Parts: sequence; C-alpha cells; structure tokens
Amino acid sequence: MIGAWRGGIVDSKDRGVTLLSEGTRADATSFDEAALGRILARHPARQAALLPILHDVVATFRYVPAEAVPLIATHINCTRAEVHGVVTFYEDFRERPPGRHVLRLCRAEACQAMGGDALALQAERLAGCPLGETRADGKLSLEAVFCLGLCAVAPSAMLDGKLYGRLDPATLKLMIGEVLT
Amino acid sequence: MSDFAASLLADLRRKARSAEADVARVFVPCDAAAVAVGADEVAEAIATEAMTRGIALDIIRTGSRGALFLEPMVEVETARGRVAYGPVGVADVAGLFDAGFLTGGDDPLRLGPPEKIPFIARQKRITFARCGIVDPRSSTDYTLTGGWQGFDRALAMGPAETIETITRSGLRGRGGAGFPAGIKWKTVADTAAPQKYIVCNADEGDSGTFADRMLMEGDPFALIEGMLIAGYAVGATRGYLYIRSEYPHAIATMTAALQSARNVGRLGRSVGGAGFSFDIELRVGAGAYVCGEETALLESIEGRRGQVRAKPPLPAHKGLFGAPTVINNVLTLAAVPWILKNGDGPYAALGTSRSRGTMPVQLGGNINRGGVFEAPFGMTLGELVLEIGGGTASGRRIRAVQVGGPLGAYFPPALFDTPFDYEAFAARDGLIGHGGIVVFDDTVDMAHQARFAFAFCAHESCGKCTPCRIGSVRGVETIDRLLAGDRPADRLALIQDLCETMKFGSLCALGGFTPYPVLSAIKHFPEDFLAETQKVRMR
Ligand SMILES: Cc1cc2nc3c(=O)[nH]c(=O)nc-3n(C[C@H](O)[C@H](O)[C@H](O)COP(=O)(O)O)c2cc1C
Ligand code: SF4
Ligand code: FES
Repeated sequence: MIGAWRGGIVDSKDRGVTLLSEGTRADATSFDEAALGRILARHPARQAALLPILHDVVATFRYVPAEAVPLIATHINCTRAEVHGVVTFYEDFRERPPGRHVLRLCRAEACQAMGGDALALQAERLAGCPLGETRADGKLSLEAVFCLGLCAVAPSAMLDGKLYGRLDPATLKLMIGEVLT
Repeated sequence: MSDFAASLLADLRRKARSAEADVARVFVPCDAAAVAVGADEVAEAIATEAMTRGIALDIIRTGSRGALFLEPMVEVETARGRVAYGPVGVADVAGLFDAGFLTGGDDPLRLGPPEKIPFIARQKRITFARCGIVDPRSSTDYTLTGGWQGFDRALAMGPAETIETITRSGLRGRGGAGFPAGIKWKTVADTAAPQKYIVCNADEGDSGTFADRMLMEGDPFALIEGMLIAGYAVGATRGYLYIRSEYPHAIATMTAALQSARNVGRLGRSVGGAGFSFDIELRVGAGAYVCGEETALLESIEGRRGQVRAKPPLPAHKGLFGAPTVINNVLTLAAVPWILKNGDGPYAALGTSRSRGTMPVQLGGNINRGGVFEAPFGMTLGELVLEIGGGTASGRRIRAVQVGGPLGAYFPPALFDTPFDYEAFAARDGLIGHGGIVVFDDTVDMAHQARFAFAFCAHESCGKCTPCRIGSVRGVETIDRLLAGDRPADRLALIQDLCETMKFGSLCALGGFTPYPVLSAIKHFPEDFLAETQKVRMR
C-alpha cells in the first residue's frame, strides 16, 4: 500500500489539531522471546501459517515487534524481507504499539452519508490527535476503518472491540471522555 | 419457508419440552448490527428484569431478520406464533414486561408477527430463510429446519448432476463479477489433480455491503453445507473460509459452527456416512481491501502480500497452492443448499433475463429503512430505495445512490427506473457488485465523493500496475487542483483521461473500476466539479 492514510477525505488543513509526536506507550507489551516461541510452536512450519502467526503475535504483544520478524522467518523457512514485506502490507500488523485504547471510526461511504466526516473531525479534536495517530500520552489511538458492515446503522465505530452504530456526537464525546480519564 | 421453519421449530420444541414447566422464550439478535445498537444490553436487561420478577425464561440469541432499522428487535414465542417488538432500548424493558410482552401483549413498540412486517413480508427469503429465526450456533436447529438435505440430494445424484443442477439454476457469483457458478465448478471438476480446494470469499470489503456478515452470523451452517456440496461436486477435500478481521462476530459464530459441524459428523472424515471427506479451515484477513480479489486472497492464504496474480492461469486450473480451486462468495455458496434441496427449476423461475434467483440487496447510508432485503432480481432501484427503504433518514431529498460498493457508480434519481440486475446496470455504466446500495441526501458533494474514490484506490492498491498505483494519487491531486480553481476545465479533462488509462491499464477491478464512481459523479453531477469558489456563488 502506498501513501500514508490520513483520515479519508478530510484534508489535514481542516483538522484543527497539531500532530503530537509519538510518546511512550504505557501498556505496550515488551517483546518476550519465550512467548513468541509458544506462538510459533502452535503453528506449522510453513509460509501458509504466516498470517495466523502474525495475528497471534498482535494478540499477544498488540503489535509486531521488530525482534519477532527474524524468528518468525526462521520458523516458516523464508527470508526476513519476505516476512517484513507481509507485515508492512497489512493494516492489522502494526509495527508500533497502539495506545491503551483504540478507537476505529468508519470512514467509508455509508458512514460518510450519515455525518461521518463531522464525527471524524470531532473525534480528532477530542482525542487531540489525527486519525492514524496515537496520543503522546499513549492513552488513545484513532484509526480509520473502511466499513464495519454496519452500513444500515451508520455512522459506526469500534472502541476496543466494542461496536457502536447510529453513533452521534454526544455518544462519541462520552466514549472518548471515558477512555481519557 | 421462513414461516414454515419457525413453526416447525416451535412445534418440535414444544413437543420436546412438553414435560417441563412452560418457559417463555424470547429471541434477541446477536447480529453485529443489532449488537452495535444495544442488543447485548437489551438481552441482559430482559434477563435481569425476569429474575427480579421471578419469571423463568429462555433467551435465544438469533441472527437478524434483516430489518436493521428496527434493531434491537425482540421476539417472543406465543401460542399464535412469534410477536416482535422494536426497536427496544434498555429503558423500554420494564415497560414491556408490564405490558405482558411475553404473551404478545400490546405496547407502542409492538410490531406484530415479524413475518407480517412489510419490509420482511415483501421479501422472497431463500438465502436468508433461517436468518433471525434459528439459533445460529445450533446444528439441531439447522437440521430441524431442513438443513443438510441439499447435501443428501447431492450425494444421491452424484457430482456431475450436482454441477448440472447448479448450472441450470442460473446461479451467478454474488461477489461482484457475476460469473456462472456451475461453469466455474465444472472447470475445476474437469481438471484432474490429486488435491483441489474450495475457497469461500468472506472478505466483504465493499463498503455498503453486509449480507455475508449477516449470513455468517445468522445461518453459518448454510455456508458450511454450501462449501461441502461444492467440495463433493468438484472432488475437493479441503476448504478455506477467509473472513475479514473487521468481522469479529462473524468469525466467532463461524468458528463455533465449524466445530459443531465436526462434532456431528458433517465435517471431517466420511461426512454424513458417505465415503467423502471434507474439512474447512477458517482464515482471518488482515485489513487489506484488495485481498477480496480472488487471486490476492489466495496469495494471502499462502502467507504472502495480497498481490493480484495475472490470469491466466485461472484459479480453477491453478489456484491455491497451485491446485484447481473453486473460489466463491459467501452468498453464492449459501444459496447452493436451497437449490439442491428444492431443485434448479424453482430457483431459475425467479428473477429476470440472465439474472436468476434472488439477490440479498443491502440498503445503507442515509436511508430510512436500512437492512438486508432479499428479492428476485428485477425490482427497480427506485422501488428499493423509495418504497422499501423509505427515502432518506435525514428527511432531505435524495441526490445520489452508490450501487455496488466503492467501485460502483453513483446514480441520480433520474435513473431510478433501472431494474436491479447485472445487465441492466451494466447498460447504464454501473454495476450491482455485491448488492450494496448507499443513499446520499442533497448535502453530498459529488466532487468529494470522486476524490474519495481515488483516495481509496490509492490507499488500497496492491501496487502492481502503474495506472492504479500512481494514477489514483494523481487523481486525488487533480481534483484538489480543480476544486482550488486551478484551470478547472483542463483538470476535468485530465481526470477523464486518467480514468480511461486506469480502465484499460489495470490488472484487476480495483484500478479498473475506480473510474466508475468518478466518471458517474462527473457525468450526472457536473455542477459539483467546479472551483469551490464558484460553487459557493451558485448556492
Ligand atoms: C478489489 C477487489 C475486491 C473484491 N472483493 C471481494 C469481496 O470482498 N468478496 C467477494 O466475494 N468477492 C470480491 N471480489 C471478487 C472476487 O475477485 C471474485 O470474483 C469472487 O470472489 C468470485 O466469487 P463469486 O463468483 O461467487 O462471486 C473482489 C474483486 C476485486 C477486484
Ligand atoms: S489494478 Fe491496482 S490493485 Fe489491481 S492488480 Fe493493479 S495495482 Fe493491484
Ligand atoms: S460504510 Fe461504515 S459501516 Fe459500512
């Protein structure tokens, strides 16, 4: 994939927020070779197992630690470059830990039609960081997602795995307020 | 069939429980869209309220009936059939008990028998016959409502006749391209190989579509049976089900159903006592739209970047791990058991010209009554959006509808007489794709929508072809310049040129079809493709 995604059709000049630099991540699970070993032991030693392995790695560490890449490559008998290429291709395989909470806002068409653009701007303002970024204090990441399959109850969002439909500004404010306290 | 299924189930359950004390039965959807608007909290509130009042009741989590505008929709089983209430909020629960909803009591939220709700009554539910009625995780429910009979019929008629039946039914791929399923199956069946695969495409990346998700969450065994029949027909012993990671509920339901199917001997060795073995592995996508393209999906299962493969070879000849592979959409495969059970004739009797059977149309966006509406092909776009969907949710005028996902064209109300079928949409420079219809009111700016189409393509491009990878980025920049007032007429011509290049120079439909939303927006809404300053003056 090319180009950094910055919150869909919202132009950066409209955001009214400044980029916050990446700070420390309070809840980032640091790399643990033994834990990775346990993951690898569960999967066959072939390349076809790569996506399931990476999903398990993200479920355990919340991201794909750079240290894990060579060990995964050895396990499935392919090059580090190949594993790295896969990690960078897929959105889910983050290379840096996300914030303690992750708010994913749907930025696709059905949600755009129901005021999704305004909600995205509001979320950025309340969170103090643009879509695609994490707050400096590591409390919250904002992510754009393209359709959660909730298009008939748009606009929609997912906060730490919980789904929200018919999202309105008041609820969004509550959601963000709660995770920031 | 839906009514029949429901009454059959109720009957059998009553018999099974005749010895027990009468326990009220309440149905609350566990469909992700219902959950997103509070169905879990409502189920919990009902359980708590019942406990407080000392009432014994069973809460059964079902899929959704598809009338998502009524969710959370709660149903109760009464002596005269089910009665629905909705949309129910947590605050309504105590009132419902006061109104005696467990026996169908009157209440402002009472909708009556669910099958009489106009949005549901007007449908012809084949693929979604069980959805919202049965407990999706219960293989018993599936069996009691006619499940596995399609597979039994297939076994009885043999692989060749099974494929013939699918071909005669006229079933076409529901993933977007509309390729005849029977012909695809026959190609794989006729290709000799020691190993073949069935791959189910449940990536459902198209915005505005959610029928795959609802089917998997509401009737997962139908999909399993469809894959099983496909495997038997072409001689494949392994299946892969590739679900996008944005669908955690569907993943959970399918995981449970696959295990349950193994437990009851419907997957695994010697399925159903026949000498045929078949099992399915569930794979989870990782947030790449292009992995819905069939060859990119195969790459992804094989553990690589989701890059599109050049064709030939076709996946039917050399697909997953180089073996002959059937790859079909969820809705294609889920229609198969019904066709086998009821025969190709009744299926082919529905629909228009070359679009046979039913299509689960998905109504979303700025719409009054959104949800899944399954009907034979041929209803007009206007009937679907206005009569069924009830116009916009905002109450404003409809300005545009996008049909067929992010690569589909924008249609103005002037084209509302277009019948919903593959060829009719193609004839008007559009596509039905996976059947999603997204409604926009008159606040939409179509130049922004065209810009989004390019931006989405740029974001999701697999990077293999230059027109798609670079052209989409140029497209975004060019629209920005146009809107900034930098020689708008020249820019517009440039965008149209760019679209021609993308159409003919792209390997797959991501680059090749992005021109659909862009060009349709320009064609039908030229007044939006002016400098922002000029637009302000016009308004
Ligand atoms: C960019 C792109 C994305 C696609 N996404 C999906 C998808 O999410 N689901 C799907 O079933 N087909 C998708 N398709 C179509 C598949 O390539 C393929 O035609 C389909 O899975 C075949 O199944 P069917 O014949 O049952 O429709 C996509 C195609 C392209 C070019
Ligand atoms: S059109 Fe785009 S997504 Fe499709 S193969 Fe080419 S670069 Fe990849
Ligand atoms: S477009 Fe937002 S949920 Fe589908």
